[in-house]
Amino acid sequence: MAEEKKPEYWRWLETNWVDPDKKWEDAQIITAGIDVGSVSSQALVMVDGEIYAYSNMRTGSDSPNSARNALKFALEKTTLPEDKIQYCIGTGYGRVNVPMADRSVTEIACHARGANFIYGPQVRTVLDVGGQDIKAIRCDDKGKVTNFLMNDKCAAGTGRGMEVFADLLSVPIGDVGDRSLQVDQEPAPVSSTCVVYAKSEATGLLRKGLDTNQVLAAYCSAMADRIYSLLERVGIEPEFAVTGGMAKNRGVINRLKKKMGIEPMKTEWDTQLAGAVGAALFGFALTKKGKGR
Amino acid sequence: MITAGIDCGAKNTKTVILKDGKIIGKGIVLTGFDQSEAVKASLEMALKDAGVSFKDLKHVGGTGSGSKSIRVADVNVNDIKAMTMAAHYFFPTARTVADVGAEEGRAAKCDEKGNVVDFAINEKCAAGAGAFIEAMGRALETPLTEMGPLALSSDKAIAMNAQCTIFAESEVVGLIHAKTLKKDISKSIHDAMASRIVSMIRRIGVNPDIVMIGGVAYNPGFVAALQRELGVEKIFIPDNPEYGTAVGAAVVAATNGQ
Repeated sequence: MAEEKKPEYWRWLETNWVDPDKKWEDAQIITAGIDVGSVSSQALVMVDGEIYAYSNMRTGSDSPNSARNALKFALEKTTLPEDKIQYCIGTGYGRVNVPMADRSVTEIACHARGANFIYGPQVRTVLDVGGQDIKAIRCDDKGKVTNFLMNDKCAAGTGRGMEVFADLLSVPIGDVGDRSLQVDQEPAPVSSTCVVYAKSEATGLLRKGLDTNQVLAAYCSAMADRIYSLLERVGIEPEFAVTGGMAKNRGVINRLKKKMGIEPMKTEWDTQLAGAVGAALFGFALTKKGKGR
Repeated sequence: MITAGIDCGAKNTKTVILKDGKIIGKGIVLTGFDQSEAVKASLEMALKDAGVSFKDLKHVGGTGSGSKSIRVADVNVNDIKAMTMAAHYFFPTARTVADVGAEEGRAAKCDEKGNVVDFAINEKCAAGAGAFIEAMGRALETPLTEMGPLALSSDKAIAMNAQCTIFAESEVVGLIHAKTLKKDISKSIHDAMASRIVSMIRRIGVNPDIVMIGGVAYNPGFVAALQRELGVEKIFIPDNPEYGTAVGAAVVAATNGQ
């Protein structure tokens, strides 16, 4: 008998997109940025410094393949052949394993540069909450990093921690934030730092009679606390922007906003793209200066 | 004089009955969600094992993360004191004690009387507690009791990059995909966890003799890794190491009564 498969609540939708109004055939410079993160990978193609096509996928167990798949998926809806890309930069956790990259740039630099592009040059503090790390980055009006702090040692406050909770409570990851806001009263934040212990604490809370939304609220609130303490240490200067997957979780971001007293900037772009955008922009700048391939 | 020591831990609740310095009864139950119930059950079990009744007890020492639920205790014993007194009870030459339980790792330095000189504690992060090996066992689809022996059968040293239990799970899955042998992964897991405990012991100093108590002491893979990381010949482990702090609590309860 086939084993019944448990739904994967952490799984989010993989997407690809192309700008129908742009023609790569007319472009002078075509560059790509590939951000191979610990949990998600993005490939983004720029024509003359503007976003043309992108993909957002889950990272597999093999970084080179994840990079290849992401680029293939990004080009899927286009007619652009891969060899027309003049310069490609790899970034992220798996940046040294991007086979088609001409060089690699750290994700800190790419996220600051990418946030500067998708949110505008007013951004001074960038918070990137990714799958396995949190980065608090300060940057100037050119998107150049002036200071940063990161936590990549511990899952508390990261996307991976949220996935664990989505799975524990059987709530699809995309609904976690909104459901955590559907509470009459804000519960006390989950007190355990470690995700392993927070899981036991959450089970205890359910047993005590809290419903799923209240437990989600308690965890989102704890996450906002964790993120806030990192931001405080790096120093918050407006404007403030959030990149990475957690930017889509209103439960965490609304609570963070309340703590900070600052409204985060808004964008139409997928916040997970920031790293790949930055990478593609670095490639564009190099090629423009004649320092390309 | 008969005393009892009760240790209400994150995973198990243990009771030890001590009569004139000799252990005459033991009881252990899963703590579960009702700590008070677990305390009662383990105490009853130990009393029955010892063949004495509750009114024979002169004092009851309570300790552990759930010590507030031990209402029968008239002596509240600090966790660290309980562990050093236990080490001293079993091995009077003990100067460094490591207590590694399900959700806590502790290291303490003590003097020749078993008094605490210094200590370090981790109760915040599962990477330095038994929960780490348990979680990795699930990722490896290997029962916890087989993890240690499996590690002992490997002589490879594969470094584990992740510190966090959650991240280490993904790393273990990655290693499985890369066709790494189970025994080599298991050794890597034990080495990683031992290095967390060792860094805690180093903070208070490595002074022989070294004693280890707590349920993780049953894991031969972990003990071997700890020995290797510390660079010591021998780590002293009492019989039934999971009762360690309960014994300490009973010892303190007895001295308190004099």
